[in-house]
Order: sequence, then C-alpha cells, then structure tokens
Amino acid sequence: MERIPILRMGQFLLVTIQVDMHDRLALTLQEDLTSRITEHGSRGVLIDISSLEIVDSFIGRMLANIASIARVLDADTVVVGMQPAVAITLVELGLSLPGVRTALNVEKGVALLNAAVASSGAMLEVDDADGED
Amino acid sequence: MLTARTERIAVRGPHDIVNVRQVVRGWCLAVGMGLVDLTKMVTAASEIARNTLEYGGGGALTIEELRDGVRQGVRLIFEDQGPGIPDIDRAMTDGYTSGTGMGLGLGGTKRLVDQFDIASTPGQGTRVAITKWKAR
Amino acid sequence: MPATPSRRLPRVLDERFDEILAAWTKEQTNGAKPGTASEGDIRARCSELLSAMRKALASSGADDVQGPAWAPVRDVLQRVSFIRAQQGFTPSETATFVLSLKRPLFEALRASAGNDAEALATDVWGATEVLDRLALFTAEVYMKTREELIARQSQDMLELSTPVVKLWEGVLALPMIGTLDSSRTQVVMESLLQRIVETGADVAILDITGVPTVDTLTAQHLIKTVTAARLMGAECIISGIRPQIAQTIVHLGVDLGDIVTKATLADAFKLALSRTGTTLVRSRNGANPTGSLTTTPR
Repeated sequence: MERIPILRMGQFLLVTIQVDMHDRLALTLQEDLTSRITEHGSRGVLIDISSLEIVDSFIGRMLANIASIARVLDADTVVVGMQPAVAITLVELGLSLPGVRTALNVEKGVALLNAAVASSGAMLEVDDADGED
Repeated sequence: MLTARTERIAVRGPHDIVNVRQVVRGWCLAVGMGLVDLTKMVTAASEIARNTLEYGGGGALTIEELRDGVRQGVRLIFEDQGPGIPDIDRAMTDGYTSGTGMGLGLGGTKRLVDQFDIASTPGQGTRVAITKWKAR
Repeated sequence: MPATPSRRLPRVLDERFDEILAAWTKEQTNGAKPGTASEGDIRARCSELLSAMRKALASSGADDVQGPAWAPVRDVLQRVSFIRAQQGFTPSETATFVLSLKRPLFEALRASAGNDAEALATDVWGATEVLDRLALFTAEVYMKTREELIARQSQDMLELSTPVVKLWEGVLALPMIGTLDSSRTQVVMESLLQRIVETGADVAILDITGVPTVDTLTAQHLIKTVTAARLMGAECIISGIRPQIAQTIVHLGVDLGDIVTKATLADAFKLALSRTGTTLVRSRNGANPTGSLTTTPR
C-alpha cells in the first residue's frame, strides 16, 4: 500500500509531503504518525508541506487532527513551508488552522520544537542525565 | 460569452478528486491564470468534487474555457444524481456540516471564485457551477 | 499636362528645403508650450522629418504612407508623439506638429507654381492628403502611448502604495497608506507573503498610521493578512493605531483575536527585535546617544 514516509530525527518526526494526496493517503498518514509518536516517544512532529500546491479543507482538517492527537500524546506539531498562494486560499476558505504551529522552513521548525521541548522538559533532562542512552 | 472548448471527467471515487485537481490546474494554466487565482480555483474544485462524491454519491465534472471579449476564464460544472440539498441557504453558511461532520459549508468555496451558482432538487440531484476569470 | 503632385511635391521639397524648414520651425517655436523643447530641438526634429519625407516621396510617392518607404517618417513621428504624450501635450497639440507644416509647404508650392492655378490646386490637394494621413498616424501613436502610460501607472500605483521594507534581519514592515479595500488587500497580502519567503522574516509589522478609517471590512482584511502570514510561520504586529481608530474598533465590536497591537511603529519594532532575539542597549557613553544593538543567540 502507498504510504508517505516518516523520518525520525532524534526526538522528532519529520514528514515531507511531496505528492498530491488523495484522501485515503491522508488518513493513513494520520494513523501512521500516531503510532510512530507512541512507538518512539517523540516530542515533536514536523510536517513539511512546501511541495503542496493546494491544501483543501480535507487536508487542512487532517493537519489540525494530527496536531490535536500529537498534543494528547505530549508532542508538538509544526507545519512548515506553506506556500503564499496556499496560505491566502486557506484564509479565504475560512480555515486558519488554530492550534497548529507554523514555521517558514524545516530549520526554523526544528528551532521552534527545540525551544518548546526545552521550556517544558528542562527539569526532566537533569533527572535523566545519567539514566538511559 | 463564448465557450472555447470543453471536457468532461468522472467524479466516482477518491482518486478522481486528485484527478480533478490536476486537470483543472492544467485548464487554469492554459488561460494564463496567476498562481493565487489558480490555487483558489483548484482548491474550490477539490471542495466541490468532494461534496459531489460524499453527498451526491458521485457524478461528473464539465470543464469549459470561457471567452468574453478580451476576458478569459474557466467554468466548472459539477453534477450529481444524489439526494439533493434540502436547504441551500443553510448549506451556504460558514460552519455548516452535514451528517459525516465533513464539509466546511459552501460559503468558503464561494469566496474563492468569481461566480457561484447552485441548483438542487431533493431526490434528483445537485448542480454546482463555479467560474473564475483571469485577472487582467 | 501639369506634373502630378507626387512628382512635383518632392521637387519643391528638394529645391526649397531650407526655406520650408525655416518657416516651419518658426511656426513651431511660436506655438510651442513653454519649457518643453528648445528651439534647437524643434529645428532638429523638423529637419529630421522633412529629410525623411523628401526621401520617402522621391522613392515611392505619396500614396502609400503605411508602406516600407515611409518607415523612417513614421519612426520620427512615433518618437515625437511618444515624447509629447509623456510630456502631457493634448492630442491636438501633438497633431499640430505635422499640420503646422501645411502653411510653409503650401507657400512653397505656390511660389513654384507661378501662374498655373490648376497645378497649384492639384499640388495643394496632394500635399494635404499626405499631411492629413501623417497627422492621423501621429494621433494614433499618441493615444496608444497614453493608454500604455495609464496602464503602467495604475500598476505602479498599486505596487508603490504597498512597499514591504526590511527593517532588520528577520523583521519586515509594511507601511500602509490610504484605504484598504479588497483588491488592495489582495496585493498587500501577496507582496507581504512573497517577501516573507524571500527574506525568511519571522516578524512583520503592519503599520496603519496612514489608513484614514478602519471599518469592519478593513479590520477583516487586516485579520486575513495576519492569519495568512501566521500560516506561513511569520508573526504580525499591527502598529499605528490612532485613538479614534481604537475607539471605532471597540465600538464596532471587531475582535482582533490574539493579534498583537502597538500604538507606534517604534514600539512594534522594539517588540519585533526582542522576538527575533535582538536586544536594544543604550550606550553608557553619553557622547554616543544613538545606542547599539546586540544580537543574542536564541
């Protein structure tokens, strides 16, 4: 079955969407991401949509769902690289993706996630210093 | 107003939505539409194609290239033989959703295009026509 | 049989070239718009056109003004019309350039025709036809130039009215002046988002000091712009909210949501700098009151 690959980058997951997604593929991605977050205990998810030429309400809702599910699993979601024309269209359509964090590119997205993890997990890191790894 | 050429494609399954997006994109490029207008039109097509599939049980899309004097545009006509929409005004309101919790209401889609016409007869089907003109 | 005008006109033009040129230049300078062209310029232009006409008449006659032999003449007229359209001449003032040649040319024809009234009438008629066609051509070029000028100006106006300036690494500012309608918002939004991509900016300041009134629709346009920028990963600050606009916004019940607003562009800039990890430190040395900026790694 066709799947969108999910890359693991340390405590984060990276998804680069490069195809015009049909609805089934979008739903599969949502399920796959959910299980990978649990599997690796990931603290953040980066979704790179810079290659997406359009985001309709279905894909928009999928992004919002992923963010909500990830939130419950204690992971932050950052959608990166949205094209200007896509952003204008989404706003006109009435979808502002509340609850989804955004960044211009993957690099800035990683910085955002690092900052979020640092502010929420600073204490834990000290405790874990000589634990696993 | 003149119809320069037309094409008819099926909207029968989820893969057809992807196909609709790609074909409509090609037609918008052919009339020289700008990137933002093109993105809006393709997104609108995707929204209505999904409606045709989910609520209308599938149907067909007719694409027309329009010429009106020096103006050029693309018109999309989606038709299905589904149950129809009983209250169109309500369906046009932002935030309206029917049973499955999908659908953003057609109001958002209407804002993406220059012209939006909808006709629906309960029990017989729905016809949605959207037009976008190339900005000069 | 008198010579046909197409044969006589070039001969007269040839023989009395200097005389015609002098008279025509005089006509032009007398009726010239002050400050648009010097006498030397006018003389040069007239001489150029007369020489081109002489050549064209000699090689192909007067019938085919649109033909290839007349191309150099049309070229001169095109330049004259173009310059006059840009300098704000009226269409009749522009066509007068050609039409004012009638009097000197007719004088020259009369002088050379002697007592042959019939020949003179034929000659004048022939010359009139040529000059009228050339004048019409001038008017056409003038109209086309004006149309292009207007189209370009309105496009320039839209772009000029929405400059996106980079204030600092990662900070853009958009000083908005005038009414924000929906077509304007579209241009503003597109240029802002494009610049965000190009510069990788994290913060954009929308300064509305120059926006005269803010109604519900304007507020909606602003909110849309801010939301689109946020979707791309950039944060917006709205600045320049004058007291009466603040009152209007509250009075209309417009919800700006969680959009950050500041009274002045300076306040917004300070906030933007701190968001991008730059702190503003006033120099301790009193001799240097400008202060200094330090960028701290995040």
